[in-house]
Amino acid sequence: MPKRDDIKSVLVIGSGPIVIGQACEFDYSGTQACRVLREEGIRVVLVNSNPATIMTDPEFADATYVEPITPEFVEAIIAKERPDAVLATLGGQTALNCAISLYENGVLEKYGCPLIGANVEAIQLGEDREAFKGVVARCGAESARSLICHSMDELLAAADELGYPVVVRPSFTMGGLGSGFAYDETDLRRIGGQGLQYSPTTEVLLEESILGWKEYELEVMRDHADNVVIVCSIENLDPMGVHTGDSITVAPALTLTDREYQRLRDISIAVIREVGVETGGCNIQFAVNPADGRIIVIEMNPRVSRSSALASKATGFPIAKIAAKMAIGYTLDEVPNDITRETPASFEPTLDYVVVKVPRFAFEKFPAADTTLTTTMKSVGEAMAIGRNFTEGLQKALRSLERAGASFHWGGPLSRPAALRALEEAKVPTDGRIVLVQQALRGGCTVEDVHEATGIDPWFLDQIALINEVAVLLREADELSPDLLRLAKRHGFSDAQIASVRRMSEAVVRGVRHALGVRPVYKTVDTCAAEFAASTPYHYSSYDEETEVAPRERPAVIILGSGPNRIGQGVEFDYSCVHASFALRAKGFDTVMVNCNPETVSTDYDTSSRLYLEPLTLEDVLEVVHAETEAGPVAGVIVQLGGQTPLGLARALADEGVPMVGTSPEAIHLAEDRGAFGQVLARAGLIAPKHGTAYSADEALGVAREIGYPVLVRPSYVLGGRGMVIVYDDDSLVTYVEKATEASPDHPILVDRFLDDAIEIDVDALFDGDDLYIGGIMEHVEEAGIHSGDSACTLPPATLGDGELERVRVATRKLAEGIGVRGLMNVQFALAQDILYVIEANPRASRTVPFVAKATGVPLASAAARVMLGSTVQQLRDEGMLPPTGDGGSMPDHAPMSCKEAVLPFKRFRTKDGIAVDSLLGPEMRSTGEVMGIDQDFGSAFSKSQQGVGSTLPRSGAIFVSVANRDKRAMLFPVKRLVDLGFTILATSGTAAVLRRNGIEATLVRKITERSGVVDPGERSIVDLIQDGTVQMVVNTPSGQDARLDGYAIRAATTSADKPIVTTIATLAAAVLGIEAQLTEPIRVKSLQDHAFDLDLYGRRSEVPR
Amino acid sequence: MLNVPSQQRDGAVLVLEDGRLFRGSSYGAVGETVGEAVFSTGMTGYQETLTDPSYHRQVIVMTAPHVGNTGVNVDDDESSRIWVAGYVVRDPAIRPSNWRSTRGLEDELREQHVVGVCEIDTRALTRHLRERGSMRVGLFSGAAAQRPEHQLVEQVRSSPQMTGAALAAEVSTDEPYVVAAEGEKRFTVAALDLGIKAMTPHLLARRGIEVHVLPAASTIDDVLAVGDAGPHGVFFSNGPGDPATAEPQVALLREVLDRRIPFFGICFGNQLLGRALGFGTYKLKYGHRGINQPVMDRTTGKVEVTAHNHGFAVDAPLARPSDTPYGLARVSHVCLNDDVVEGLECLDVPAYSVQYHPEAAAGPHDAAYLFDRFVELMERRGEGEDTSEERARPGAPTSATDDAVDHSVGGFS
Repeated sequence: MPKRDDIKSVLVIGSGPIVIGQACEFDYSGTQACRVLREEGIRVVLVNSNPATIMTDPEFADATYVEPITPEFVEAIIAKERPDAVLATLGGQTALNCAISLYENGVLEKYGCPLIGANVEAIQLGEDREAFKGVVARCGAESARSLICHSMDELLAAADELGYPVVVRPSFTMGGLGSGFAYDETDLRRIGGQGLQYSPTTEVLLEESILGWKEYELEVMRDHADNVVIVCSIENLDPMGVHTGDSITVAPALTLTDREYQRLRDISIAVIREVGVETGGCNIQFAVNPADGRIIVIEMNPRVSRSSALASKATGFPIAKIAAKMAIGYTLDEVPNDITRETPASFEPTLDYVVVKVPRFAFEKFPAADTTLTTTMKSVGEAMAIGRNFTEGLQKALRSLERAGASFHWGGPLSRPAALRALEEAKVPTDGRIVLVQQALRGGCTVEDVHEATGIDPWFLDQIALINEVAVLLREADELSPDLLRLAKRHGFSDAQIASVRRMSEAVVRGVRHALGVRPVYKTVDTCAAEFAASTPYHYSSYDEETEVAPRERPAVIILGSGPNRIGQGVEFDYSCVHASFALRAKGFDTVMVNCNPETVSTDYDTSSRLYLEPLTLEDVLEVVHAETEAGPVAGVIVQLGGQTPLGLARALADEGVPMVGTSPEAIHLAEDRGAFGQVLARAGLIAPKHGTAYSADEALGVAREIGYPVLVRPSYVLGGRGMVIVYDDDSLVTYVEKATEASPDHPILVDRFLDDAIEIDVDALFDGDDLYIGGIMEHVEEAGIHSGDSACTLPPATLGDGELERVRVATRKLAEGIGVRGLMNVQFALAQDILYVIEANPRASRTVPFVAKATGVPLASAAARVMLGSTVQQLRDEGMLPPTGDGGSMPDHAPMSCKEAVLPFKRFRTKDGIAVDSLLGPEMRSTGEVMGIDQDFGSAFSKSQQGVGSTLPRSGAIFVSVANRDKRAMLFPVKRLVDLGFTILATSGTAAVLRRNGIEATLVRKITERSGVVDPGERSIVDLIQDGTVQMVVNTPSGQDARLDGYAIRAATTSADKPIVTTIATLAAAVLGIEAQLTEPIRVKSLQDHAFDLDLYGRRSEVPR
Repeated sequence: MLNVPSQQRDGAVLVLEDGRLFRGSSYGAVGETVGEAVFSTGMTGYQETLTDPSYHRQVIVMTAPHVGNTGVNVDDDESSRIWVAGYVVRDPAIRPSNWRSTRGLEDELREQHVVGVCEIDTRALTRHLRERGSMRVGLFSGAAAQRPEHQLVEQVRSSPQMTGAALAAEVSTDEPYVVAAEGEKRFTVAALDLGIKAMTPHLLARRGIEVHVLPAASTIDDVLAVGDAGPHGVFFSNGPGDPATAEPQVALLREVLDRRIPFFGICFGNQLLGRALGFGTYKLKYGHRGINQPVMDRTTGKVEVTAHNHGFAVDAPLARPSDTPYGLARVSHVCLNDDVVEGLECLDVPAYSVQYHPEAAAGPHDAAYLFDRFVELMERRGEGEDTSEERARPGAPTSATDDAVDHSVGGFS
């Protein structure tokens, strides 16, 4: 059946900011959907508040709305654009929830734009746990025994009936938010209580424990002619009890017989039919009892999911793309398989390799958080690897994590007690449990012991034991023979691992290996296990016989991606890599992408001319470069766009003679080495905050005393401010240095004078060696000292004057010249007491590049790629890629304000006691993603950005204020304004007194620590008032150590109650402007295309009539 | 104890008739074997594959790298023994892990003297077979692997070809046997065992059919002796070899068609129906072997994902029904990957067949409805309906083939 002709325009709802449980996989799926729909001649209207996505680039939709994904804003967009249909199944839970609200509000009916893909009934059947149990039963399958509860009393009664432990699952939350195991009543009261809060329907499902069972997932596609295929089966290495997003997973399923697999397949198909997902993809999760094979259907997602992205990358079957085609009426047999081109999509991919996905966590950012893995997802990213067998796939995946200690290791002999300790630790699932398992096995624990302790299937454990045995062979061999090297490589050993086992250097191992001619070959992901010829060069390495890399004639540019998402290195970098690939392909290069992050657009096989799904280690990159050099001319490697991961490889790659494009490794060193950078600054006549470098605690103390406290300390060479703190005294400095030097012995500690009350300024600029193009100058809302990734910022800068902007421009140019930048550079300045300090300069794409591109309507990343390959800024201006004159550093007076805001994951992390972790911002970056709000003035833009991050500012009610002494003066005007706007103010004694003396009325509320001796036992503390929803917003700026405990209790309660919290005085001012705008201004929505047109940096407005 | 496979295995070499060699390690029994090299792309179901008689005289190359993970169990055999001539895998399991497993696959292979090779680049081999077509292959391990290569190549080249091989008799049952109907017995069917898989009579029995499995050399009298007044239906199974050699069975089938006894054939049975109707059969370049093949049922337009194992196919026109000695017949199913004929349907006699495996084992259950069609055919026959009405079967929209049906109504050549 051909496509429907009644659909001329579709509103695609995106997934919003990157949060835990919902990451850039939805950029990948959304981008595919937009492309497909446009290819079909459909007008695409897109809404997504996340500027760091490819899908929100203006060329991917006809009208792109970077607006909050709330029913209110989406309705305004629908009213303006009048789409024929709404596609919400490719934007994760956010899109689905928004679509349900629009349906329930009657908006979809009012504007005659029904949902396509899955209808509301299907969504609700799939997501409503009670209804879904009925579906499962009608399909002749089993669900876990469970009871639905709407109150604590019901929860307690249900637990008595089911028996502890029980699983708590709130309805309609994403990434398993709020779910967990309750082993007793105390647990249940805590987890169940939270679950009731998290669930938008105050509904929690309590179910029997199937902890330790095998877990599987099937990805299913259906078309409206009821053709159904299973795209992929995924097996979790970690048994039931760990969220699938936090599990190591394997595709295809490896420990099922055909009969068992077909049973899962039959159930999946029956379920998708019964639920009534008319077209598109969904996934179904199963638990299988390892003792008798009893199958329990856990859940289904009636939409494209994180697993669909993984399955797409694992099989080469583009689920989102095909789902979009199904949504507009095609059937599976009408759509060709992209990879073979000859065969249709109505088949089931078969794999001749093993895919392993491993999660990437960020617990180091939240030291107080409980690191136990549960049914609530906590990982922030993932890496995928492909091997011709499981051992190869697993070891490649582990090294793709780029984390010290994440890979298997074989230090000295491991004692029996040490092995038993590892075994004991491995009983609790945590980040890195797989290494504990490997160590336990290495130390003599049997596969049976480990299976007993962890529930991991013996088949996987055998494979890990096999890896250990290969290590023994390696260690005991007289020399590294070709056969031995090949054996080790077939089981995924890196040169570094072989080197450590053999006690030699990695470089020597590599030298020997190359001398012996032991190199990887590259196989192809082809959906069909080589049954048909593949036309898509999507490769992975393996130590097998025959390579499939085809010769090529055009010069290739190899782009190194950014690896697994982590805090500080996320989708923003993928954005730049993808743009570079598009721009250079358009210019006649063959682009070769190397990356291991399955969630991204960069690992879509049709983004680049060739894709290598490989770890981003020196060894793996060198081998790709070698293979591509054999295949044809290589113009060079781009390391500047994927963040710190590829940048960190620059020096070593250059040393191996690999041609680099863009900024040279020497120049990178100039920017990154403190001493060298100091000289650059000196030559340019610029100043940095006083600073010094220390290799020991004593040296650090010396530096700090010389430059004066407070100081900002951090290890060198980090991204996202890892390990960065502000310290105020000797003791904390010593403690810090001792910890940090342990963490990275090769790199010194940097000590900087911390500038109080400075305005932080971020600049993204492009330099061709001669000409500077400023992408944008951003002013942070928070003062310097809050990591730039966690700060809100505005473009154009909200408060800077022309003189200041000119100083920034001049300084940026001097830095670009001094460092020798070719391509992008990001500079952070601090303006304090009218002095412009250079905080740092990074000769690479920054996190803000996509935001800048959208705020100014200029394809900055594409231009950067071109400059790296030799184009000048002037040529790009002449070509029309850059504006003919001017730049993003001199925005026109009529320019609207763009505001970027960070999304913080505090809600996800709990201490061992189950309390939310502290939400204070600091120099260490903790945000997972960002949103953008664009509007006429700062207040409106800021208000939008807060709605975008799901922290909508209040319109009325009570606001609690408790600020540090130093902020008391600055709080007066904003608080006064809040009172004028009709809010009531609650305040603690000190703050209340100051307010009262200044004629601002405030109700006194006690802190918890003030409650001892309170006469009236019914009087409620501020924490009580936050918990019961009385308080609509909290303003709490941290002060000295005394108030810390109270402050934390207040902030934790606010985080749990999901209310906005302001922790800096600068944000308070912004929030007040936002609140005011919200109360007085109408809702305005504007597409990026219109935004760029009105901004008119290209001066085309007069030419193009509209 | 060291489990590293290559540390405890003899060397082995795989030799193709065109001279290409792959060196690896021995797997299963040590020794030598020759056969036709074919690759199978199923990721599950090796036990069913190994015991499928259709693989007689073939050396199976598994494209899935890990084989043996779930061991061998008592339920999943499709016949009483392993039939493959040799087995090629990349990464054998160290030991099985599955609640139903009773022993390791490699132990089973050794006991049944099945010679195999492991740790070779199975993907390179698969690509070679895809590009050059199925060909003869030898597996040599232990002492045999030490012989000069040219001798090995010679040995492979002098082994028999699959084209022209009559193998059904070699795999068929010696004596007839009966598989009792499950529940109430509704029909009696004579099933000619040309290499029948256990799942087929099982699925028939589940539908109330008493299945009389007959040896491949059975005559029409043997068939008619089944049941009280002859069988309600006749079934021809899958099986190995070149359908062009199965003249006695084709002759038997013609007798069945002449008597308008409802007929259902699978795989080899489909090829024999094709030949009985006067179509040719031919050898595919590298065959269809896997459990992910898209087949369209042209009567409904629906796509099913199916299990395949065939090296030969029927040569029949797709566009419209053909005139045959038994009236009009049409191609009912087609493989969407390459338009190979996957099913035939007679419009004037009660007979149909499919080239693929609705009994699955291994594979998806999408095509199980074909067994129900057989039941319906026998029901209608029992009710004395004119089975040529079959094309107007209720519940089977004919959108995909409306055009073809119209032609047939109007008469054709």
